[in-house]
Amino acid sequence: MLQAIGVGSIDALFAAIPGEFRLSRPLDLPPALTELDLTRHMTALAGRNAHAGQKVCFLGGGSYDHFVPAVVDAIASRGEFYTSYTPYQAEVSQGNLQAMFEYQTLICRLTGMDVSNASLYDGGTAAVEGVLMAMSVTRRESKVVVAAGVHPEYREILQTYLAGLKTECVTVGAGQGTTDLEALAAAVDEGAACVLIQHPNFLGCLEDVAAAARIAHDAGALLVQAFDPISLGLLKRPAELGADIAVAEGQSLGTPMLFGGPYLGIMACREQYVRRLPGRIAGQTTDRRGQPCWVLTLQTREQHIRRDKATSNICTNQGLIALRAAIYLSALGPQGLRETAELCLQKARYAAAQITAGDRFELAFDRPAFKEFAVRSRAGGVSQLLAEAGEAGYLAGLPLGRWYPELSDCFLVAVTEKRTRQEIDALARCLAGGQSPQATEKT
Amino acid sequence: MRNTSATKLLFELSKPGRRAVRLPACDVPRRPCAEGVPPGMLADAPPPLPEVAEPDLVRHFTNLSTLNMSVDTHFYPLGSCTMKYNPKRNERLAALSGLADLHPYQPEDTLQGLLQLLFELQQMLGEISGLPAVSLQPAAGAHGELTALMVAAAHFRDAGQRRTKVLAPDSAHGTNPASARMAGFETVTVRSTAGGVVDLDDLRAKLDDNLAVFMITNPNTLGLFDGQVGQIAEWVHARGGLIYLDGANMNAILGIARPGDFGADMMHFNPHKTFSGPHGGGGPGAGPVCVTEKLGAYLPAPVVAYDGRRYRLDTDRPKSIGRVRSFFGSAGVLIRAYCYIRTYGPEGLRAVSENAVLNANYLLSRVKDFLPVPQGDRCMHEFVASAAALKKAKGLTAMDLAKRLLDEGYHAPTVYFPLTVPEAMMIEPTETESKETLDAFAAALFRLTQETPGALHDAPHTTPVSRPDEVQAARKPVLQWNAG
Repeated sequence: MLQAIGVGSIDALFAAIPGEFRLSRPLDLPPALTELDLTRHMTALAGRNAHAGQKVCFLGGGSYDHFVPAVVDAIASRGEFYTSYTPYQAEVSQGNLQAMFEYQTLICRLTGMDVSNASLYDGGTAAVEGVLMAMSVTRRESKVVVAAGVHPEYREILQTYLAGLKTECVTVGAGQGTTDLEALAAAVDEGAACVLIQHPNFLGCLEDVAAAARIAHDAGALLVQAFDPISLGLLKRPAELGADIAVAEGQSLGTPMLFGGPYLGIMACREQYVRRLPGRIAGQTTDRRGQPCWVLTLQTREQHIRRDKATSNICTNQGLIALRAAIYLSALGPQGLRETAELCLQKARYAAAQITAGDRFELAFDRPAFKEFAVRSRAGGVSQLLAEAGEAGYLAGLPLGRWYPELSDCFLVAVTEKRTRQEIDALARCLAGGQSPQATEKT
Repeated sequence: MRNTSATKLLFELSKPGRRAVRLPACDVPRRPCAEGVPPGMLADAPPPLPEVAEPDLVRHFTNLSTLNMSVDTHFYPLGSCTMKYNPKRNERLAALSGLADLHPYQPEDTLQGLLQLLFELQQMLGEISGLPAVSLQPAAGAHGELTALMVAAAHFRDAGQRRTKVLAPDSAHGTNPASARMAGFETVTVRSTAGGVVDLDDLRAKLDDNLAVFMITNPNTLGLFDGQVGQIAEWVHARGGLIYLDGANMNAILGIARPGDFGADMMHFNPHKTFSGPHGGGGPGAGPVCVTEKLGAYLPAPVVAYDGRRYRLDTDRPKSIGRVRSFFGSAGVLIRAYCYIRTYGPEGLRAVSENAVLNANYLLSRVKDFLPVPQGDRCMHEFVASAAALKKAKGLTAMDLAKRLLDEGYHAPTVYFPLTVPEAMMIEPTETESKETLDAFAAALFRLTQETPGALHDAPHTTPVSRPDEVQAARKPVLQWNAG
């Protein structure tokens, strides 16, 4: 090969790199491992973590231990899906493009919205992109209003993104567990681009999105709703509640918790805003033989054409995770989604009742919830309590004081369809202080 | 052989009452769902999702998958995307329950193995880049770019300076100017020379004290290492500006040259390119950012810290720009990158780049006589050929060749990018292709240039669809399926 190129050595191919910049030593990295050695090493590392198969997971806060049917892994692990790339060449990417189009349709049906993109990075960046999109639609750049019940990390990302712009971010409190609508009405004026609200919110409570939407719309602002996809098996869809842009973390739809990623940013909106929507979009068309087919479309919104005038800098979607969501939603169907949502609701209500049965705990908020609820420990000591539950085999909950100082005696418990009555009862006993370690038999 | 009934849209396959998944019965006492929920919040019916049985679902998606080209099935010389082979072991290892079934808010003492892995990955990326402070949080390359620019903005704010200008070469990826705008900067484009490197005169004319960041891709999108980078860094630094390196092309210089050593202050990696993370049909990726020690204080929190005994997530970073993504980041992608780096080690990583550059130069030598490469006889990991002469002589375009290559069983190169080369065909073979594959590809490409224009204009002929009407797609957008 060197002969064909016309050089005497591989080193000569790097002649363009000035000598002063050439690394004169080997990289200081651990030595190479064979597959067998690597497997041994990785298995050992994995063994030093306690995973959800070992500890019973009641942790939520935006990442959930939902069941992933085998069919999702089986399809998503096909090399033709996971080793392909962005479908620039539509002729040899119809599988991915049709799956994207089906994903978009599924998200439209889930949310009631007219248009979905082919996905964004995660729920947090999707929420932020929703706010930026609302600023672009309304041409209001001075203010956005955010409910305190929106995931604290999503709000942190928003702060980071807004730091370089001249936009004020007003947070409206949720002292009673849900957004204070009077305070919201006072905060939203003709300068506000949007209201960002999460329903069910981070504290587990159901929000009055319809009322928030009226407040936003009266001031000419948009309503951006962050939703829980599983909740839509039971709850009204964002479009029915008056949302203009709907965003979500899609991890619940067939993706394991993976320590936080890769996840799925869902984003859908009303028809009239489609040209402001960031991210990839697949569209239907016909080929030169007249057959229906799919392509990436509306690319004039995107950075490879528009460069600094693009709707966003995002140049990929989360193709494989969107595929997982499409498989999951189709595998469940309407009844499966409804049953999953109802199991979450019933078990969460049951767990809330069991945990607060004694004197030690009470519900932090007297508000309807879906699959998560905040528990107040009357005697405090939340971190100790959760550490003890951890020893006994439970990821029992998420301490809230880290984000809400006034809730430092509270923790958030999430209950998915995977949790059994036996596990819930055992958790309640454990939290009440009466449980010996490992007494629950897992099924 | 095609099963066109299985690839009908899911919504057309749907029949009431079918389903693929059954849920367990409710084992807790059931109460009416509406109990305690304000009227108007509950839906009358679940969303109108398709209803399909599992075999039909599997057949549908399996048949769809066969309509894709992929690295597992075809040579995929898509320039700038580094479509190398994705080792199967990484898939299996990343799926270990002890890594995949971890909740992001688990207590740190139940995560010591994963935190160790992520800490070591931070260290390894710092060593490979020569930029020791690392954030693994960004979710993609463009996201890493944006993060680095926010880091730069925070650095200047902290120094009490208000700088608004970002410079980027005309050959840069479109995400560069888009990210700069999102971080609050304005982009000014710097011209390239005919030789394809930064035009130093143009750069010098645009240097001033308002310069925040010079964004450089090196090796650049033409596959050339810009040896002037030392001079550029000197000028930019003299003005108080920072150098950002777009790490899209790191596959060319692993263990050979380090951005931190040639003047970069910040860079991102694309683990899905350089470190073999599968591209997933367009994501997920990741975009870890490496910066100088000094800029490290501004990186997103948390980062993984180690005190010699215990690994922990360090959130106490007062100068941090804050979060750019929820939770830790794309851990699943990062685990694959870790596996890749551990598989190769220092000598192996260097060999990866040597072979990537060898393969690209070899392929260049095989095609340049019939498909000119304007920027010369040598390249790094990729090169950009031009079909301009063929267009003039025979009316053949880069797009014609790209489409006809699909018939030959090759994924097309990246076409019409970079914008600085007419009829550009950007070819990146990667190190994982054999000489036989490269020879066969070059031979196929040669044959196509000899074909009559008519055959090419109508190409591809053998793919499931041919030349979709993109204008119609954009003019009358159909973005979801509607019956009738």
